[in-house]
Formats: sequence, structure tokens, C-alpha cells
Amino acid sequence: MAVVKVDTLARSVAEGPTLMTGAIPTKDWMDLPVQFKPGNYAYPTKPNILEYLDSQSGVSFPNAREWNPEDDDWKLPENWKEIIIQGLAERLKKFRSLKIFMDCCVRCGACADKCHFFLGTGDPKNMPVLRAELLRSVYRQEFTKAGKILGRLAGGREMTAGILKEWFMYAYQCTECRRCSVFCPYGIDTAEITMMLRELLHLVGCGINWAMEPVANSNRTGNHMGLTPQAFKGNIDFLCEDIENLTGIHIEPSFNRKGAEVLFITPSADVFAEPGLFTCMGYLLLFEAIGLDYTWSTYASEGGNFGLFTSNEMMKKLNGKMYAEAKRLGVKWILGGECGHMWRVVHQYMDTMNGPADFLEVPKSPITGTVFENARSTKMVHISEFTADLIYHNKIKLDKSRNSHVKATFHDSCNPARAMGLLEEPRYILDHVVDEWHEMPVDTIREKTFCCGSGTALNTDEIMELRMRSGLPRANAVRYVADKHGVNTLACVCAIDRATLTTLMDYWNPDVQVCGVSELVGNALVIEGEKRADLTEGLRTMVF
Amino acid sequence: MKYIIPLAAVFALVLFSWIGSSIPGMQYIFGILVPYLAMGFFIVMFCYRVIQWAKSPVPFKIPTTCGQGFSLPWIKYDKLEAPVNGIQVLGRLFLEVVLFRSLWRNTKAMVYKGPKLTYESSKWLWMFAIIFHYSFLVIILRHLRLFLDPVPGPIATLGYFDGILQIGAPQMYITDATILLGLGFLLTRRFFNRHVRYISLANDYFPLFLIIGIVVTGILMRFFLRSGVDIVAIKQLAVGLVTFHPTISADIGSIFYIHLFLVSTLLVYFPLSKLMHMGGVFLSPTRNMANDTRMRRHVNPWNPDIKPHAYADYEDEFRADMVEQGIPVEKPLSAEEKAAAS
Repeated sequence: MAVVKVDTLARSVAEGPTLMTGAIPTKDWMDLPVQFKPGNYAYPTKPNILEYLDSQSGVSFPNAREWNPEDDDWKLPENWKEIIIQGLAERLKKFRSLKIFMDCCVRCGACADKCHFFLGTGDPKNMPVLRAELLRSVYRQEFTKAGKILGRLAGGREMTAGILKEWFMYAYQCTECRRCSVFCPYGIDTAEITMMLRELLHLVGCGINWAMEPVANSNRTGNHMGLTPQAFKGNIDFLCEDIENLTGIHIEPSFNRKGAEVLFITPSADVFAEPGLFTCMGYLLLFEAIGLDYTWSTYASEGGNFGLFTSNEMMKKLNGKMYAEAKRLGVKWILGGECGHMWRVVHQYMDTMNGPADFLEVPKSPITGTVFENARSTKMVHISEFTADLIYHNKIKLDKSRNSHVKATFHDSCNPARAMGLLEEPRYILDHVVDEWHEMPVDTIREKTFCCGSGTALNTDEIMELRMRSGLPRANAVRYVADKHGVNTLACVCAIDRATLTTLMDYWNPDVQVCGVSELVGNALVIEGEKRADLTEGLRTMVF
Repeated sequence: MKYIIPLAAVFALVLFSWIGSSIPGMQYIFGILVPYLAMGFFIVMFCYRVIQWAKSPVPFKIPTTCGQGFSLPWIKYDKLEAPVNGIQVLGRLFLEVVLFRSLWRNTKAMVYKGPKLTYESSKWLWMFAIIFHYSFLVIILRHLRLFLDPVPGPIATLGYFDGILQIGAPQMYITDATILLGLGFLLTRRFFNRHVRYISLANDYFPLFLIIGIVVTGILMRFFLRSGVDIVAIKQLAVGLVTFHPTISADIGSIFYIHLFLVSTLLVYFPLSKLMHMGGVFLSPTRNMANDTRMRRHVNPWNPDIKPHAYADYEDEFRADMVEQGIPVEKPLSAEEKAAAS
């Protein structure tokens, strides 16, 4: 379907009557049933994908079927209500976070206008407090005495199919970016609540294909894109050819090589499409420049983990490949590429789920001797930490003037910002590879950064208008620095961002390109023996 | 509806205790039995709620980092927003619980033609929330002078400073004014802020009305309806209650029993409601955990035994492909695979 034109959307966001623009809905939110129309929902999981996943050990994905959210009948199992309530009871028992988040919200509204989905759509159920109430109201009715006795007066609702549909709509209008939890006095994390909602929905077979197909691919082929070993190696070989044409540097990367010092794992998007490909060239050049003893792996060919957007069991299953491969290849530690949600999983979940990694060593940079204390248990280092360390110790030669075509700004991706605290490392790198870069307004960066709007498997075409709305806060901040400082490049350290922000910029700010930080490093890197043509656009220059 | 029923409920409670306590002989119920039951319920249920929360494990360590995390030695990290050890976590919790840190960073977003989104600092909620909570704390501490004999120095001092403005006789307490200010703002906000109004439930209006009722009856007792308020008899009852030798000697006016009944209602309501955020804030995994998750392994007590798709199965599927590409494999090509490849 055609996406609404940018000026129409611009007017709709600012002038359409919503809770954002001053209008108040006449009906109580409990009386507003959800309506599915083309453009406001992502397509459900294809039956063959779900069947494949259900057949895998350790995970369960029942009720594979053809179904359409626009239909009345979602073909749920007979006892779907019992399954849901039991699923909720089980999660309350297993997750203290869920219990506390259900009980402690005081509806102060601090979170209300913090969510990019609410800012872009004005839909009240996108206010984090209300999104949580969608679940909390059922929790009250089913699990608390006050709710059972007073019902709606206490804010309780009986679980109905209509509510399940509502959960499906709004669990997939939250990108688990955690911005709301920064402002909540108790740190109530809607990301956690959305994860629970998605897990519950999967219990009755309601998921979206754009999440599950990559999950299935990653399970079988080792990466979300479904790249076979041939395709994976082939793509990287092509990149090396391009690098040789551009810089004269000949690189021969190794794959699945036992005994390498470092296993390098990056999101497969970096090996598949622009602009990630240029970021990947940056990695290849950097490792060549320092002579790093590393290997790729076609089996552990995905840094990202769409299991995070699915269920904790699937997340564990997909992430297990990293340690399994590191053990098989006998490497010393793992280096991870630029990816957002990957690092949420690696930083906060990996060791707990798949560790302890006692077959690996505490990461130590072979070039600088720095011991990465902050990673001493998980044994996995972020490329920005690694690169910043190299620059600090003057181990690579950089020529900023090679990035003179770049006037950059930096986008903090949600997960590095709010689940790691990786704020200064990419900035330090930028300081050394570009002459000029500007920060976006202070309330839109660092821990308050705005999501690209299409994370957690929402970067699919059928919900384009929704994505352009939810990405508006970020696009607006870029517009500000583009107008004020002539910024023409949006740098970030996330592969999904590189894909989604490109679409977002093409829509709202067509004069702004998107790139990874490592691409800028690759541009500026001066390597002995190179023979660079005049690369007016760095690694993107078309050389024939 | 959402606010009429709670308001009516508070009025009903007032009427009930007013009429009830005027009936001869009922003073024992309202003065001794109800407070004991209410306090007992509060203590038991509060502990029960906290224990219920604590019973559920914390499988994953998921602090929300609101600042630079600990990484390279030359990068200054934010010890209070991305704490890396227990002491720093305590610091963060202190900021949150004592200074309402997260509300301090609150902003208000507006959308204009363009479209243009703006964000401005919005600290009103922080200010009035802190005024309300601290006034409430001081008032509770001040009331201890009714339960303790002799009154400890610090409590007397607190009362002295609270009445330092020396307005009126008996002296007006600053916190009486500030708590009404705080409550007034919070209530007004729930009516006039369109976001908050849309999400508010009856259970959000009820505690506000109830506490306002408690404060108003308290103020009436101290400053306006003094005739039925025999402070010596009240103190005697109070001390009797806490030493488990309760006595009601003289006729204490209904206003006292209304005040006491509303307080008892609050004590019973507290552990069944969102007011439990008082305990919950200390247990929230996004605030009370350290950001050291790559440094120290957090154990999930129910870590399920799930293995990844085995490398052996992966290689079985792609071996021919890998051999053709020159990628090292564990097992050599079988006869069938060789035949299929050629």
C-alpha cells in the first residue's frame, strides 16, 4: 500500500485531534476496542515457520495456522483463556520484576509523554502507563482480592478475546526501548511488560512473522538473514574485493578457524545490506590494520537475537551458539560488532543464560595490553570499547580529513544507552575520526535517547506509517541539528538502526545519510601499504 | 464516576464514625478495637506483601542505566546512574527514595506545526510530590509525642521547628499548610492534566481524598473544634494503646474519633493498594541492581536447560557447501554428500 505523504503525516501529527495535541477521548479506554486495519498491524507468523520452531528442542510455539488479525476469529485454542491466565500466574511466580511493576504504579503520569509511539501517534494506549494497564487490569481482576470484588471500580477487567487482541496490537507498538523506565520513580520498565505480553501471546500462537522468520533462520543457519555458509563467506569476500578496489589493501579473512585468538560476531545485517556493509568494511580494515588474530564463524554468524523479542527461552537458545562456537574453535575471547539489542542480551543476559564461560579468558587486547575488566565474566567486548582503547593508546593512524564530507551527529541506540551505559566510547571514536560532529538536543540523547521507532522486529513495510510516526521524535531532533549545523550524517552503533534510520531519514530528512561508527573509522584509517584512490565519499565512493 | 464514588466513600466513613462514636458505649470500638485491628492488619499485610514480592526470584539482572557505565579505566563512569557495586546501588536508591531523583529529570513534550517536538524541564510533579511526602513524614513523627511519655527531645524539637513561624495560638504547623499544598496539587493535577486524568482510576482518587480528610479533621481538632478535644485524655488513650493497657477515661469529642477512624481506614487500605510503592521502590530490579553484568555472573535460579541448535546438525546440513567454500569442517564429506556435490 502507498505510504502517506510526508506533509500529510506532518500535519496529522501536529494538528490531528489526539491526546498529544490537546484533545481528550470521549470514551474511557476500557470501552475502546481495538480495530485492526491495514497499516496498523504486522503480519502474523507463517504456519510453516512456527511449525519449524515448535519442533526445536527446549522451546514451544503452538497453534501454527493461517490467520488474519482483521478477522473476528483468530482461531485460538479452545482453552486459550486458561492458558493465558496460567501463563501470567507462572510469570508472576518467576519474575519479581513483573510482580512489582504490576503493584507499584501510582499513575503519576511521568512516563506518559516519554514514549516515541505516543508522541508520534497520540494513541492513549501508547502511553507507557496505559500500555501497562492493559495487562495490569487483567492481573487485578484475576489475581487480587480488590479486583475480584470491586471489578472495574478497582480498575480490573476480565480477560476476553478482545483484550488479547488489544495486547497483540500494543505489545507490537512498543520497541522495548526502556525510555519510560528512566523517568518512572520506581523504574517500572514497560520493556519487561511488553516481553511478558509477547510471551503470553506466543502461548496461544499469536506472533508476527517479521520476528519469527529471522528467529527460525537464526536457529537453522546461524543468522537472521538466512545466509548459508556460501552466502555469508561470499558476501564478506565481495566486501574484501571492494576494499581492495578502494584502498589497495588485500584482506583474506578466515572462517571457522580453530585456534584464533578472537571470535568476531556481528549482526548479519552488516554482511547483507547497505549501509551496514560499509560498517563491515570498517571492521575488516581495522582488524587488518592492527593485525588482529580473529576469525568469523558461519555457525555463529549473528550478533543480534530476535529471541529477545520473542521469549526468554528462545533468546537463550539462539544466544547459546556464541559460547558453543567459542568453545569449539578454542578462541580466547569474543569481540562483538555494532548492534543494539545484541548488546542488551550480551551485557545483561548472556552470562546468566549461557554461562559460565570458563573455557574463555578474561579479554585482553593483544595490541594494547588493556584488560577489559568490565567484561571479565562474560568475556565479550564491544567493538567501540575495543576501538576506543586502540585510539587512546595511539595504536592506529587516523586522518580526519578523509571524513571531511561528513558533518555528523550521533544517535545513541536504546540498548547501549539504557541497558549498558555505552555512551562515551562511540563519542570518543567520533572525536578522532571526524572534524565536525554535533550533539542533538540534550533531552533526545544519552539515557534519554529516542528509539528509531522500528526496533523489536517492527522494521517491516506493512506498518510503515506507524514507524514513521514513532520515529518522528528522533527524526525531528536530527532535523534540528541538520538545520542548525548542516549535519548530513547520522552515525550510530546499531545494525537495526542503520536499516531503520535510513528509511526514517529518507522520509523525514532526505538530506541526511546514515552510517555506522566503524565506517567512519574505516574511512579515516591510514594503513601501511595502502593505495587509496581519491575517496571523496570514503568507502561509499564508486570506484570502477 | 471515578472520583464521585471515592469522595462519597470518604464522606460515608466520616458519617459512620461520627454517628457511631456518639453512641454511648461505642467509644471502645472506635477508640480501641478498630485502631488495634487496623494497625495489626497493616503490619501483617505490609510484611506479607513484601514477602510475596521477595519470594519471586530475579532471574535477570536488568538495571536501567541512566548514565555512562563502567568500562575503560580512563572513561569517567556515572557511579550513581549506572552503579557498579552495592555501595553505589545504595547511593542510587538513596537518591531515588530520599530525593525522588527520577522525577527531577521529568520533562513535558509538546508538538507544534512542522511538525516540531519540544521538550522542557517539568519539575512541578517532583516539587509537590516531595512536599507532600516529607510533610507527611514530619506529621507522623510529630504525632509520636502523643504516644511517648516523656516526649523524646528530637520529637519536641521537630514540633518546635514546625511551629517556628509562631502564627496563631495554638501555633500553626508549617507542615499542615504544606501537606495541603502538596495534596492539593496532586489532586488538581489528576483533574486538569489530560494524560493523568485519562489514566486515573477510583483507586487514585480515593487515597487523596482520604488523606485530605485525615489532614482536615486533624486541623479542625487542633485549631477550630477544640471543645471536645481533651488532649490529656487523648494522650492517655494513645499511650495506653501502645503499652497494651488501653483506657478511655473521659468523653473525647467525635472529631477525634472521625480522625482516628480515617487513619485506621488508611492503615487497612495501605497494604491492599498502590501505596505499597513505599516498599516496592526498594525491590525494583531496574533500580536496585548494579550494572556489573559482564563482570560478575548473575545466577538465574530457574535457568532452563536449553541447548542451541547443535553445530553438528548445522554442519550436517551445510557440509557440502562449506567444503566447497574451503571452510574447515569437523567431519569429512560422506560418500553420499560427495556424490550429491558432483
